[in-house]
Amino acid sequence: MPDATMETSVMDEAVLRVFRGGPDGGQPVDYQVPVAPGMVVLDALHSIQNRQSPDLAVRWNCKAGKCGSCSAEVNGRPRLTCKTRLDSLPLDQPITVSPLKAFPLIKDLVTDVSWNYKINKKIPAFQPRAGVAWKMYQRDVDRVQEFRKCIECFLCQDVCHVLRDHAKHESFGGPRFFVRTACLEMHPLDGISRSKLLKDELGLGLCNITKCCTEVCPEEIHITDNAIIPLKERVVDEYYDPVMMLVRKIRSA
Amino acid sequence: MTPPYETHEHDVLIIGAGGAGLRAAIEGLAQGARVGLVCKSLLGKAHTVMAEGGIAAAMGNVDRADDWRTHFRDTMRGGKFLNNWRMAQLHAQEAPERVRELEQWGALFDRTDDGQILQRAFGGHTFKRLCHVGDRTGLELIRTLQDRGVQQGIDVFMECTITRLIKDGDRIAGAFGYWREQGRFVTFKAKSIVIATGGIGKAWKITSNSWEYTADGMALAYEAGAELLDMEFVQFHPTGMVWPPGVQGILVTEAVRGEGGTLRNNRGERFMEKYDAKRMELSTRDVVARAIYTEVKDGRGSLHGGAYLDISHKPAEYVKKKLPSMYHQFKELADVDITTGPMEVGPTCHYMMGGIRVDAETGQSSVPGLFAAGEAAAGLHGSNRLGGNSLSDLLVFGKRAGKAAADHAKSVQSGALDAAQLQDAEREMLAPFERTNGEFPYEIHRDLQDFMQSLVGIFRTEEDLQKALGELEKLKPRLERMRADGSRMFNPGWHLTRDLRSMVLISEAVTRSALARRESRGAHSRMDYPNFDETWGKQNNIIVRRGDQMTLEQRSVSEMPAELKAILAEDK
Repeated sequence: MPDATMETSVMDEAVLRVFRGGPDGGQPVDYQVPVAPGMVVLDALHSIQNRQSPDLAVRWNCKAGKCGSCSAEVNGRPRLTCKTRLDSLPLDQPITVSPLKAFPLIKDLVTDVSWNYKINKKIPAFQPRAGVAWKMYQRDVDRVQEFRKCIECFLCQDVCHVLRDHAKHESFGGPRFFVRTACLEMHPLDGISRSKLLKDELGLGLCNITKCCTEVCPEEIHITDNAIIPLKERVVDEYYDPVMMLVRKIRSA
Repeated sequence: MTPPYETHEHDVLIIGAGGAGLRAAIEGLAQGARVGLVCKSLLGKAHTVMAEGGIAAAMGNVDRADDWRTHFRDTMRGGKFLNNWRMAQLHAQEAPERVRELEQWGALFDRTDDGQILQRAFGGHTFKRLCHVGDRTGLELIRTLQDRGVQQGIDVFMECTITRLIKDGDRIAGAFGYWREQGRFVTFKAKSIVIATGGIGKAWKITSNSWEYTADGMALAYEAGAELLDMEFVQFHPTGMVWPPGVQGILVTEAVRGEGGTLRNNRGERFMEKYDAKRMELSTRDVVARAIYTEVKDGRGSLHGGAYLDISHKPAEYVKKKLPSMYHQFKELADVDITTGPMEVGPTCHYMMGGIRVDAETGQSSVPGLFAAGEAAAGLHGSNRLGGNSLSDLLVFGKRAGKAAADHAKSVQSGALDAAQLQDAEREMLAPFERTNGEFPYEIHRDLQDFMQSLVGIFRTEEDLQKALGELEKLKPRLERMRADGSRMFNPGWHLTRDLRSMVLISEAVTRSALARRESRGAHSRMDYPNFDETWGKQNNIIVRRGDQMTLEQRSVSEMPAELKAILAEDK
C-alpha cells in the first residue's frame, strides 16, 4: 500500500510504568513512548522493546484479540494489552503495566501459567454416547459455542479471588476450567458426567459467584451465569438431592 | 552424546504446534510412536488460532452437487495449475473425513437446518464448501486438536525454540534448541522430525502474521540440505485492516465477502467488475489483492489508502452472529461499527505457498527422516492458495506426515547427536551476548521489512528484485555483528537474533525465485512479464544449498494422469 497510510502524526507521549524484574524482586520502570492514533498498550510495549529495552519480556501472538497471549494488568485491571487502547486511559499520568498476579512470575510481564495446563489435563475429554447419530441443531450448540469462544487468556483466573487472594491452586480449578467443563458437559452428544471432578478436584463449591471473572472476560462469555451456576446445579442435583443421596446409599450398601 | 545438555528422546519429534503439528502428533501416537511436540509459544496460541473463515471440504451439506472432483479442480485453478496435482487430489478426497473426525473429537461447527455441518461460500470455490464456526474456525480447530493430543499423551515442550537440526551422516538424528523461559539449551533425539512451523510473514512490514512467523522450519530444513520449492509465491491477503496505524495488517476474514460483503472504491464503484466480473468479490485472493492495490495506486483508494468493504446491508444481528470477531475487532480497535458502515481494508502479507518440497503421499522432504506439513511444506496450493484450503491442508497432510514419520521411525535405528554440531549450534546462540557494541536485531528487522515490502511485494520487477538482493547482501554483515543485552532469561531481543537469520535466509530464497520466474502467475506478478508463460507453467523453482551456496534450478512438473486431466477439462 502507498506510504500515505503509514504517515502518522505523533500526537503525544505517554509514560508507561512497566514492572521489570523476576521472582527475586523488581520494580516499575518508566518509559516514554510516542503515541500514534489507535495505539494499544501492546504497541507501546513493542515500541519499548524495539527502541529502548530489547530484553523486555512480554508474551504476544496475534495482536488481534484471538490468541489470549498478551494478558497483563493495566492500571491494576486484568486486560489483553492488544485490545487496550491508550486513548481509553488517562494519559496525564503513567500507565502501569504489571504481570498477572495469580501466577508465579518468570520475568517482567511473563508469568508461569503451566498450572492451567495441568488442571486442563484432569478434565476427561469429550466422549460421545454410544451409537450417536452425528446430527446436532444450531439451537443445541449455541450455548456450548459461547464457551468455546474462550481464548485461554487466563484473565478470569487472574481476577478470581480464590486463586488471586487465597491461592487455592491445589484445590480449585478456576473459572476457565469451569467454562471448559461446562462446554463438555453441555455438548449435545457427550455421554459422561464430570460432576465428581467438579466437586472433589476442581472445588466448584469454593466459588461464591462474585462474577469478577465475567467482568474481565474479553470474549464476553457469561462465565458465572451460563457456566458456573448451571454446573453448581448439576453437582447439587447429583450429590445433594435427598432422593439421589438415598439411592446412592442403597446402591453402595 | 554430549553430557551437559538436557536431552529428550522420541521416535518422532514435531516442531510446531499449530494445526499441522498437532494433527501429525495425534497420528504419530495412534501409530504407536513416542511423540514429542516442540513449540515457540504456549500450546494453543499458534497461528492456526487466527484462521477465521473456515475449512474447505467437499461435504456437500449445503450444495449437494459438490464433490472432491470439483474441489480438486477449484484448487488447481486457484493455483494456476502449478500445484502438485497428487497433493491437490489427496487433499480434496480426504478433507471431508478429516473434518468429520474433528467433530467426533468434540468440535462444534455451525449447523444447517437439518443438523449437519454448515458450509459457506468463499473465493474461488464453486460451491458453498467452508465448514465454519462464525469467524473463529481456527480456534475451534486448534482447541479440538490440542485437547485430543493432550488426552492421548503427547509430550509437549512449550516455549522452546529449535535452532538447528542435527544430522548423522545423511539422515536426521535430532535437534538443538533453547527454552525461551530460562534460556537453557536442550537437545532432542529423534528418528523422524516433522517440520510444521508455518511461514515467513514477519519478513514483511504489513502482515497478518505474528512474531512466530519467521521461516524457522524452512531455514532449518534448507540448512539440513532439504530442497525448497516455488519460494516466489507469497500470498497477500486482499483484506487487512489499514487504519489506525497500530492495527495495520490485522486480518479481515474473507468470510465478510463470503457472507455477501461488497468492495467499493472512493467513487462508490464496485471495482471488482473490472477485474473479475464473473466472480466479483469472491474471485481468488491474488486477483482481489491486485485489484485493491491498483485502485489505491490510481487514486481511487479509501480515506486511509485502502478499499471500502461493506456488509452493513445485512441485518445487524446476522453480522454479529456470523462475523462476531470482525464486529468486535473494528468496534474496539478502529471505532467502526461494521453493522452500520464500511470497513477500510487493504492487502496484507498472509501466507507462503512455497516451502519445503515434500513427497505428496508422505510429506517426506529430500532429506531422509525429515518431513514437513502445513504452510512450511509446499506443493498443494501452487501459485495461489484458496481461502479455506489451509485448514484442510493442515489436517490432511498433518495426518499423512505423522503416519509416515512414525513408519519411518519403526524402520530405522536412532542416530547419534554429533558433539561438534551441537557445540557449533551453542556457539551461534551465545555469540550475540559476547558483542558489546553491535546493533540490536530490531533495527535490522525493520530494514528487512521495509525493503521486502517495497521491493518484493504484490507487483515485482527485475530492477526491484535485484535491488532487494543487494539489500539482503548488505544485511548479512550486520547479522554477524548483532548483539543481545541482559540475561538469557525470557529475552525477546536475544530470541530475535536467531529468528532474524532465518528470515534473511528465506527472504533471499523468495527473492531469487521471484527473479527467476519471468512470468506472472497467481500471487507472483511481474510487471515486466505480465503474462503466463507456457514453459514456466510446467516448471518448479527449486532452491537447495550446495556447500555454502544457495543454488536455484528449475525442474519440470510431473505429467498429470489422464483421469485428472479429464476433471480439469470439465467446465462447471
